[in-house]
Amino acid sequence: MTQFNWSLINFAWLPILPLIVVAVGAMGVLLAGVQVDDEDSGALGILTIALLVFAAVLSLLLFGGRPSVAFSGALAAGGYTAYFDLLVLFAAAMTALMSVEYAADQGLAGAEYYALLMFAALGMMLMAAGDDLIVIFLGLETMSIAIYALAGFMRHDPRSNEAALKYFLLGAFSTGFLLYGIAFIYGATGSIKLEPIEAALSRPATDNALLLAGVGLLLIGFGFKIAAVPFHMWAPDAYEGAPTPVTAFMAVGVKAAAFAAFVRIFMVHLGPLGPQWTMVLWVMAGLTMTVGNLAALVQTNIKRMLAYSAIAHAGYILVGMTAAAAPRAGGAILYYLLGYAFTNLGAFTVVVALERRGAIHDNLADYRGLAARHPFLAAAMALFMLSLAGVPPLAGFFGKFYIFSAALDAHLLWLTIIAVINSVISAYYYLSVLIAMYVREGGVEPAALRTRPALIATLVIAAAGTVAIGLFPQPYITSAAGAFVSALGNAPHHHVVLSR
Amino acid sequence: MVPMSYFVGLSAVLFAIGVAGVLLRRNIIVIFMSIEIMLNAVNLAFVALGRRLGSMDGQVMVFFVMTVAAAEAAVGLAIIIAVFRNRETVNADQLNLMRW
Repeated sequence: MTQFNWSLINFAWLPILPLIVVAVGAMGVLLAGVQVDDEDSGALGILTIALLVFAAVLSLLLFGGRPSVAFSGALAAGGYTAYFDLLVLFAAAMTALMSVEYAADQGLAGAEYYALLMFAALGMMLMAAGDDLIVIFLGLETMSIAIYALAGFMRHDPRSNEAALKYFLLGAFSTGFLLYGIAFIYGATGSIKLEPIEAALSRPATDNALLLAGVGLLLIGFGFKIAAVPFHMWAPDAYEGAPTPVTAFMAVGVKAAAFAAFVRIFMVHLGPLGPQWTMVLWVMAGLTMTVGNLAALVQTNIKRMLAYSAIAHAGYILVGMTAAAAPRAGGAILYYLLGYAFTNLGAFTVVVALERRGAIHDNLADYRGLAARHPFLAAAMALFMLSLAGVPPLAGFFGKFYIFSAALDAHLLWLTIIAVINSVISAYYYLSVLIAMYVREGGVEPAALRTRPALIATLVIAAAGTVAIGLFPQPYITSAAGAFVSALGNAPHHHVVLSR
Repeated sequence: MVPMSYFVGLSAVLFAIGVAGVLLRRNIIVIFMSIEIMLNAVNLAFVALGRRLGSMDGQVMVFFVMTVAAAEAAVGLAIIIAVFRNRETVNADQLNLMRW
């Protein structure tokens, strides 16, 4: 009889429990898929959602936890990580929920679809937790490789093929820039971990030219991932051709994860270089908003329009990053991403509702007269469009409000003016969807909603969130701000401030 | 002893060749090869800088980059084959179903 050795239980594993659940769960779904017929893949969808919800509950328990680092500084635990874990798990669960009937209808059936969804979520959570450039890179690639496969999941559809190919080529291309940036930063500071990098910034011996080149390359790499102008060319094609639930996941999950790493690296750890990179971000934010909104004006395909709208929204978030000097900016960005997640997932769910096998109804013209035939669906779409346009009291309005007021705190008057003008321009194309639904006639008849309870559930959750986050913003902005502060809690310079 | 700047210079040249290949060539397979050249330029930079700094992080990173590149190649080539089956082309200019 040997006694159980308690030291085998390493409590450093505690912060990554949600990650373990998702990783093991994804493999479990794959294994379960062997036993399940393709026609019954809905059961796998429900299993996926249950696992994601379980991981989310664990993340919620970690949300209030003290900021700490695990695995010798490779992973950060605490509010910031847990906030993005919850956001990503929510996006993945909603995507699975809207896919249950869609996958069966479109012949996407199979465990691979749900397993890839979970692997992508795993990569996103790693990106949010990474306190080390290796971990962030690995998370990014785990996510990207799964999403490449998901974008091309409709193997026999040439549009899906093309979307996957363009996303893959541009994604791999941008990875090259990101890695080269990491190499230069490593060369200049002697470390690959974010905290020692930050400490090295204040050392006079740090090679500044190499460091700035590295930061610039990193900006290009992240610029591709968040689809910021001028690195956005892939996004409309990839969004349009990918299966619609995957597009929703790309627009919400990938964006949230990319910003999680982007904000952590730049706003939390590269603060001392702020004057240099905020200058670049100023231009990038202005261009991204303007090009995204102007291009969205002329779109006739709703997925493509939402893709340009997603580009424009990345621009608004970049305004928040440019305002890094304002203490409120970090919380505003996190709140914005939350409201945007509910709203955008909802909008794409409506697009899913109109699609049927062999008949892709994703043109704006297909939405004509929808209000007369499906008042519930049209009302939900109207709600999401108004939230994206930034109409109070919906989630989208307060997101913009907090970001713009942070920008004013940081004395970015001109950038704020550009952002407000852009908001006004964007109202035009969001309202044109409303006009098509409520004023025009014609369009297509979507399959009966009665037979699709999962789709209705997705819509109700998204709509309820869009309204609740807008009507009662206080608890959400408080937890968003708290989450951002907990990321700062890991950074060494704040310990210095406290000990003075 | 070869000076450090030679290694970093060579890696920069390789990286530039890779970027130029991605932007100028139209064959998808060649574009993909150019991306691999970029990743190898990165690997060279990591190894050289790691040696100068006397730290293992750079070397370790190279293993991760190689592993990820292999995984990416598996998925990427599968996507290229799927495209070829449906369209019978690997020319980037002919893949233009979606334009605004």
